[in-house]
Amino acid sequence: MKKRNIELDIKEMKTGFGLMKDIKLSVGGISEKTADQQLGPTPFPSSTDLREWDMKLLERYKPFYMPFCDLCCLCTFGKCDLSDGKRGACGLNMEAQQSRIVLIACCIGAATHTAHGRHLVEDLIKKFGRKSALDVGGTNVEILAPIIQLVTGIKPRHLGDIEDILDYVEGEITQLLSSTHTGQEGSNIDFESKVLHAGTMDHVALEIADIAQISTFGFPKSDPEAALVDTGLGVVDSSKPVIMVVGHNVPPAIGIMDYMTEKDLSGQLEVCGLCCTAHDITRYDPKAKIVGPISWQLRFIRSGIPDVIVVDEQCIRADAFEEAKKIKAPVIASSSKNCLGLKDRTKDPTDEIVADLIQGKALGVLILDPDKVGEVAVRTSLGIAPKRKKFKNLPELDELILEAKRCTKCSECRRSCPNDMLIPEAIDAAAGGDLSLLNDLYDVCVGCGRCEEACPNDLDVHSFIVKAAEQKIKNEKFKTRSGRGAIQDVEIRKVGGPIVLGEIPGVIAHVGCANYPKGGEEVAEMIEEFAKRRYIILTSGCAAMSAGMHKNEDGKTVYESFPGDFDAGCVLNVGSCVSNSHIAGAAIKIASIFAKRNLNANYEEIADYILNRVGAVGISWGAMSQKAASIASGFWRLGIPVIVGPHGSKYRRMLLGRKDRDSDWEVYDARTGERDYVGPSPEHLFYAAETKEEAMVMMAKLCMRPNDTSRGRAMKLNHYIDLHKRYYGRMPDDIHLYVRRLSDVPITMKDEIVRILDQKEWKEKNIPDPTILPRMIRKKER
Amino acid sequence: MSTTPWQTAEIPGPKRGLPLHRCETLISLLNNSKNPLLIIGHKAAEIDLGNRKFIDYLIDLARGRTITVVATAHTIKELTNRGFQNASSMPLMDIANRLRDTEWRGIDGKGAYDVVLFAGFPYYMAWLVFSGLKHMSSQLKTISLDGQYQPNASWSIQNVSPLELEKFFVNLLEKIGEM
Ligand code: SF4
Ligand code: SF4
Ligand code: SF4
Repeated sequence: MKKRNIELDIKEMKTGFGLMKDIKLSVGGISEKTADQQLGPTPFPSSTDLREWDMKLLERYKPFYMPFCDLCCLCTFGKCDLSDGKRGACGLNMEAQQSRIVLIACCIGAATHTAHGRHLVEDLIKKFGRKSALDVGGTNVEILAPIIQLVTGIKPRHLGDIEDILDYVEGEITQLLSSTHTGQEGSNIDFESKVLHAGTMDHVALEIADIAQISTFGFPKSDPEAALVDTGLGVVDSSKPVIMVVGHNVPPAIGIMDYMTEKDLSGQLEVCGLCCTAHDITRYDPKAKIVGPISWQLRFIRSGIPDVIVVDEQCIRADAFEEAKKIKAPVIASSSKNCLGLKDRTKDPTDEIVADLIQGKALGVLILDPDKVGEVAVRTSLGIAPKRKKFKNLPELDELILEAKRCTKCSECRRSCPNDMLIPEAIDAAAGGDLSLLNDLYDVCVGCGRCEEACPNDLDVHSFIVKAAEQKIKNEKFKTRSGRGAIQDVEIRKVGGPIVLGEIPGVIAHVGCANYPKGGEEVAEMIEEFAKRRYIILTSGCAAMSAGMHKNEDGKTVYESFPGDFDAGCVLNVGSCVSNSHIAGAAIKIASIFAKRNLNANYEEIADYILNRVGAVGISWGAMSQKAASIASGFWRLGIPVIVGPHGSKYRRMLLGRKDRDSDWEVYDARTGERDYVGPSPEHLFYAAETKEEAMVMMAKLCMRPNDTSRGRAMKLNHYIDLHKRYYGRMPDDIHLYVRRLSDVPITMKDEIVRILDQKEWKEKNIPDPTILPRMIRKKER
Repeated sequence: MSTTPWQTAEIPGPKRGLPLHRCETLISLLNNSKNPLLIIGHKAAEIDLGNRKFIDYLIDLARGRTITVVATAHTIKELTNRGFQNASSMPLMDIANRLRDTEWRGIDGKGAYDVVLFAGFPYYMAWLVFSGLKHMSSQLKTISLDGQYQPNASWSIQNVSPLELEKFFVNLLEKIGEM
C-alpha cells in the first residue's frame, strides 16, 4: 500500500489556520478544496481527541455490565476468575474486561466494514479509475459524505479520495484493537470511550463503501421511488436455474447479472439473494429477488431450489458448503475473507472450472475475480440444473412422521434453541400426524440449526419445521422497496425544522440482523404503528427485509402502504448494512443543512446538536453481529439512542440513564450559560427491551429532546402516553419529568395530567437553548 | 430436576448459585429479609401452571408476604387486569441498573432491597441480569422462580416441569397461608 502523510497535514490544519477558504489542502494523496466553511477543531481525530465528549456521554449514560462469563481467558497468564471483585493476573477487573470485550466486538465490526470498503474501492478503482466521480444523488445531494466530512474535514469528490480516508480508518482501528492487549488500557471508561471511537470509524467505513458503490454501479440515487422488489421464498421461480447469492459484497453478484445481460440470458435464470448482497443486487437490477434475511439461509438451501450458491463475505453460515453438498449444488466462494477451504481457481480457464463443477469433479471453487465468478456461476447453473432436478434435503411427509416417532422427549433441542421453543411437544404431535405445532414454530424459528446439533437421536428438527410450513413458504410473496441510498438535501431542508422543533414526533430507524425473539413480523408491526403516527421510518439490512415480509390487513407490506420519502408518515429503505451511513448522515445533515452548523471536522458540536435536538432513535430488534455493535456505537457517539431486542442483552453492556437523578439531566442554556434541568431526554443510550410493547413505548419516549417546542413536546407526549396506556393500561409515572411548561401538556389530556403535576409538586421550567458543551455558550457567565 | 443451566450453553464459570429444592428454603430466605422485592416479567402471564397462569401464583405470593412488586415490560397491565394494584412498572434493564446501585433507596425511597425474586423472564435475558447483579452487586441475594435453573442467581429453582413448578407454588402458598 502507498504511504500517505496524513498525520503531518493534520497538525498543520489544527495549528495553522482558523478560517480555511479556498485553500488547497493536501492530505497525502487527497487534493481537495475545502468547503467555504471553517475547519472544525477535530480533523482526523485520534482515539483520544473526542475523549472529553465521550466522557460527558458516559457520565450520564453509565455502563451496566452483565458478564457472559466469570472468567477472562484472553492470555496464558489466565484463565482468571474475575468474580466477586477479583482482579486477574494482569490486574484487570471485571468492568474493564467487559468493556474490553465490547471494544473487541466493535473493532471486529468496524474492521469488517472497513475491509469490505477497501475491497470494494479497490475493485471499483480497477474498473472505473481513481478519478471516477462520486455522486449519490446529483444536485439533490450536495453533501454526499456527511460522516467523512464531519470526522475528517475532507469533502471527497472522487473514488481515489476515499481510498486515502480508508488509510486513516485502518490506522485507527489498529490503534484501538492494540489497546485490548494484556497490560494496555486498564480503565473501563476509557475502553468505553474507545468503543465510541470504533463506532465513529465504523460509520466512516460504512459511508465509504456505500457512496463508492452507489456512484459507480448506478444504484438508486436518493430515489424515494426506488423499485419494489419481489421478496420471499415463494417468489423464486424454481422451474428455472437458480443462482443464490449471499453475503455483503456485491461485485460477484453484479458479475452474474452483467454476464446474463451480455449473453442475453436475462429471464432464463433466477438470481436471488439473502442478507445484504440481496439488497445491493436489487439496487443494481430490480429483476433480482430477495429471498430473505440471514436466518433464511438454511431453509433456502435445504429446499433444493438453488442450483449454484455464490458466497461472498459476512454473515454467511460457516456450514454453507456442507449444506450445499447435501443438495448437490456447487459453491463458489468469492472473497478472501471466506475461502471455505476451497481450491483457488481464479487463474484457471473458465471452461475447465465450469466443466469441473457440472461434472461434480469439484464441489466448490474459490474465485477471487468478480467477473469470472459471474460467468462461472451462470454457465454452471445452466449446465447443472437439469442434472440436479432441484434435489432437496427435506424429508417427505411420511418420512417426517416416522422419524418423529424416534424422539425420546429429552428436551435437548429446546434447551439449545435460542427462543426456548416448545420443540419436543411439536415433534410429539408430528409423530401422531399433526404438523400444526411444527408449522407454528416456523414463524419464530431463527433458522440457527442448534436443535439438530443437540438432538442425540440425529433428528433433523429444523428441516421438520420447514417441511411442516411448506404451504406457508409457497405463499411467502412480498415486496420490499429497493434501497434508495442517501437522503436528499432538499428533504432535509423540508423536515429539518419540524424534527428539531419536535413537530415531526421522531425519526425511527429499524436496522440490523434477524435474531428476533418472536419472528420478524414484530418489526413490520412496529413500523406500521409508527408510520401511521407520522414518524419518519427508515430501514436497512435484514430488518428492512423482515419489514417487507409481512402484509397488513389490506394485504400490503409497509413499503406498499407508505411512501419512500424522508418525511412524516413515510417508510424508506436506505439499503444494506453499509447504507446505515445515510441514517447517521441524515441526522448530521439536519445540523448542517437546516441549522447551518459547521460540518467540517466539527464532531462534538454536531453530536451535541443531535443529542439535544434531533429526536432520532435506532432500533435493532434482531441485533446479532459484531457489526451491529459497531454500527450502534457510532450512533451512540452521535447522541442517538439505540434499542435492541431481548437477545441484544447479550451484548453484555447497556448504557443507561438514571431519570431519578436530577443532576444528570442538566444542560447549559447556550444563551445565558445558566444550567437548566431538561428531564431525562433521551433517557438511555443503549437499552435492551424485553418485549415489542416495551420497545414501542420506549421508542416514543426516547424521541423527546430538550429542544422540543411546546407544540412538539405535546405531540411527542401524546404518542408516548397513548402507547403507554394501550400497552401498560395506565399513565406513565414519569410524565412530570417531561412537562416543562403547561403548554407542553397534550390538550386532550390536560385535566388528567395537571392533576398528576399537582401531586408531584411540579414546577414550571425554563426551555433552554440546550448544549452540554461549555464552549457553545454565547454569553459567558461573569 | 437438574442444576445444569436450562439453556445448555449458558455456563457461567466458578461462581454458581444454590439450588432451591424446597419451598421452606424460600420462606426462610423471605423471613430473614428486611426488604424483599418481587420482579415479574412478561412471560409470567403466558405460562400455564395447571389451570392458572404463573402470574396468578406470583400475585398470591406477593399478597401472602406483602412483598413489593415491580412489573417489567407490559406486565403491569396483566397485574391490573387481575385486580392487583400495588405494583410499580419499570423496564428490566432499569430495575437491574437500580439494584446494582448500593445507594438506591428503593421504589418507595424507604431503603435498599436485600432479597430480590425474579419470575417470568426469557431465560437468557434473566441469565444476564443475574450475572450483572452477581458481579456488580454481590451484597444482594437474587432468587429465580422460573423453574429453569439460573446459575448466576444466588438461589434458583432447578429445571422442573410445569407440573412440578405448580406443586412448588401450591405448597409454598399453603405454607405461607398457615403462617
Ligand atoms: S488478560 Fe488478564 S485477566 Fe485475562 S487471562 Fe490474561 S491475565 Fe487474566
Ligand atoms: S433452528 Fe429454529 S427451532 Fe432450531 S434451535 Fe434454531 S431457532 Fe430453535
Ligand atoms: S433433542 Fe431430539 S430426541 Fe430430544 S426431544 Fe428434541 S427431537 Fe426429541
